[in-house]
Amino acid sequence: MQKGMKKRWISLYVENQVGVLSKISGLFSGKCYNLDSLTVGTTEDPTVSRMTIATVSDDETFEQIKKQLNRMVEVIKVIDFTDIFVRMKEILYVKVKKCTAADKTELFQIAEAFKAKVIDYGHDSLLLEFVQTATKNDAVIKLLKEEFQHIEVVRGGSVGIESISIMER
Amino acid sequence: MKQISGNKLLVKALKEEGVEMLFGYPGACTIDLSDELYKQKDISIILPRHEQALVHEADAYARTTGKVGVCLVTSGPGATNLVTGLATANYDSVPLVCFTGQVARHLIGNDAFQEVDIVGITRSITKYGVTVMNRADLGRIIKEAFYIARTGRPGPVLVDLPKDVMAELGSAEYPKTVSIRGYKPNETVHVGQLKRAIKLLGKAKKPLFLAGGGVNIARANEAFCRVVEKTQVPVVTTIMGRGAIPTNHPLFIGNLGMHGAYAANMAVNNCDLLFSIGTRFNDRITGKLHAFAPNAQIVHIDIDTASISRNIHVDIPIVADAREAVTKMEEYVEACDTQNWIAEIRSWKEEHPLTMRSKSGALSPLDILEEMNRQFDDAIIVTDVGQHQMLVTQYAEITEKKQLVTSGGLGTMGYGFPGAIGAKLGNPHKDVIAISGDGGMQMNIQEFATAVLEELPIILCVFNNEYLGMVRQWQKLFYGKRYSMTNLKAGALSRRTEGQEYPEYTPDFVKLAESYGAKGIRVTKKEEIAQAFQDARKNTNTPTLIEFIIDPEEMVYPMIKPGGTLEDMIMDC
Repeated sequence: MQKGMKKRWISLYVENQVGVLSKISGLFSGKCYNLDSLTVGTTEDPTVSRMTIATVSDDETFEQIKKQLNRMVEVIKVIDFTDIFVRMKEILYVKVKKCTAADKTELFQIAEAFKAKVIDYGHDSLLLEFVQTATKNDAVIKLLKEEFQHIEVVRGGSVGIESISIMER
Repeated sequence: MKQISGNKLLVKALKEEGVEMLFGYPGACTIDLSDELYKQKDISIILPRHEQALVHEADAYARTTGKVGVCLVTSGPGATNLVTGLATANYDSVPLVCFTGQVARHLIGNDAFQEVDIVGITRSITKYGVTVMNRADLGRIIKEAFYIARTGRPGPVLVDLPKDVMAELGSAEYPKTVSIRGYKPNETVHVGQLKRAIKLLGKAKKPLFLAGGGVNIARANEAFCRVVEKTQVPVVTTIMGRGAIPTNHPLFIGNLGMHGAYAANMAVNNCDLLFSIGTRFNDRITGKLHAFAPNAQIVHIDIDTASISRNIHVDIPIVADAREAVTKMEEYVEACDTQNWIAEIRSWKEEHPLTMRSKSGALSPLDILEEMNRQFDDAIIVTDVGQHQMLVTQYAEITEKKQLVTSGGLGTMGYGFPGAIGAKLGNPHKDVIAISGDGGMQMNIQEFATAVLEELPIILCVFNNEYLGMVRQWQKLFYGKRYSMTNLKAGALSRRTEGQEYPEYTPDFVKLAESYGAKGIRVTKKEEIAQAFQDARKNTNTPTLIEFIIDPEEMVYPMIKPGGTLEDMIMDC
């Protein structure tokens, strides 16, 4: 990573309207900002959606990203998650195919070590579910790729919320 | 309760917003709206000849009246023809509300005839854009559109109107108030921050004001002028800021930037405090960033948070409307001791003055501008883009009753002529002069029809040098005089230059003007300039085109190379 570049997170409240996702993602592509991951879903208020955005950038670019987001009419609130305590998790599914019996035993051990769940099971395949930080998911994918030939991966992108009291990321 | 169609509600909304003029071009998806507008008398409808010219006309109308410019075009090509004009208005912070027709809702997404996703296309060049999908939302959306366009940093808003939504009956109510939870423009100024900035101003040995377009847009000119006079701090402006204080004011140094005055750029280079208001530090004014104002602390007042500390590091940022900020400043500023500093600036002015350096005999653009300065004192000057534009921004005197209108941010060729039409429509009692090159003039020349029909006595000065002069200037200086694609007389590769005669320049601008029923004058000699302007002023019913035959070798100096520093400044060749 270049000097000053680091991963940062933003939580964004936006109007739940057609075109808003496109406008936000268009800002990142149009201005050449890195967009590492973006998740979106409606909130307790059906007219409001909340996004969690991860981006790799330097300090100045990150400031500019926040300002550009703030000036959009459809953006209600921008929260910088970089330096506050948050709870943040990502869901990851890994399907491991063409498993031998030994593979399966190993996968159950991996699941236990990573607090993952085995949520589906076939005669030569296994489906694992991980809910942990994106960084840990990166590590899991790296490990499984080394150990197994036939894996299929899908991940959801991080969602985050401010902690209430616990000093943990 | 009484129910009315969406079309009727839109017309009602326009009246309640105080819209006096609408620039429209019809089509299948807006024909019902055209019909509604036929039935009313309060709003004048202007029918330009191309939607691009239409949006430029609304843009210049807005810039010169301070009102919101209103456009109405049809779906598909009508809407896509707005794109350049929207981007122009967006860069120069011009309040527009553009209504585009759209196919009926059940056809959207079917690749229907004249269907385009115009909101999607224009998302990055508008302040806000929305398709009205429910009749019940129409009134609120129009109200919000006008509010968003004119508040905060002004900009273009696009409202896309599906034909069936507009035909549907619904409430006749047009809302009185607006509340948008994600949009709260800053209306006050942080006094503590402002006082810190003023303290720096008091301490500085070589303070300098930098005024950008924001000062003109906020109409903060008079208050700014008082602050300048009270503090005795000299002023440089961007081209969009020209006129922030009268250009004949003793404390005005000149424009900075690529084609700025030597003294203005030297002042920026040597100042120890750059107090900037309403500018975004565009690359054309900063040149190489690390060499820009290297010795200065920088104060930056801007309405747009995102403009602050984007291109250059700012020591004291102040988010505020320029007029709010400048008016507050008046209360706190005191006289600064700037005598030595002003003397230093004066020596730079004497070293390389920006004077009318007319050559004997030949017709120079500067002679024309000098005559224009002499003859017009209550006028709006609208430019196109290129060499003539830079010369105007250098030499046009912009005093209290004058205004300069130019596409500064996007640099849109074809802006000048429709811009002059919009300016004249909004300011019938002012003289309106368009200055254009022969290239830009041809990009919206169809507007002669609009100007003649509306009986607009605008004066169109075409600086005809048979070339796309600014690109040619770069080719002459940086590309070994290979005039590729810039020779409008010979064609793209100048094939005819080898011993062959050029054909006659086409079009014949004088005959062209006459064919539209306008007046045409050709000027080839310096001595004819004054008379041509006088003749043009006597023609009060139609536009007058004055074609000035200019030597293609005329250049715009001084010039700093793109991305260069002051050391690279070319003074003359």
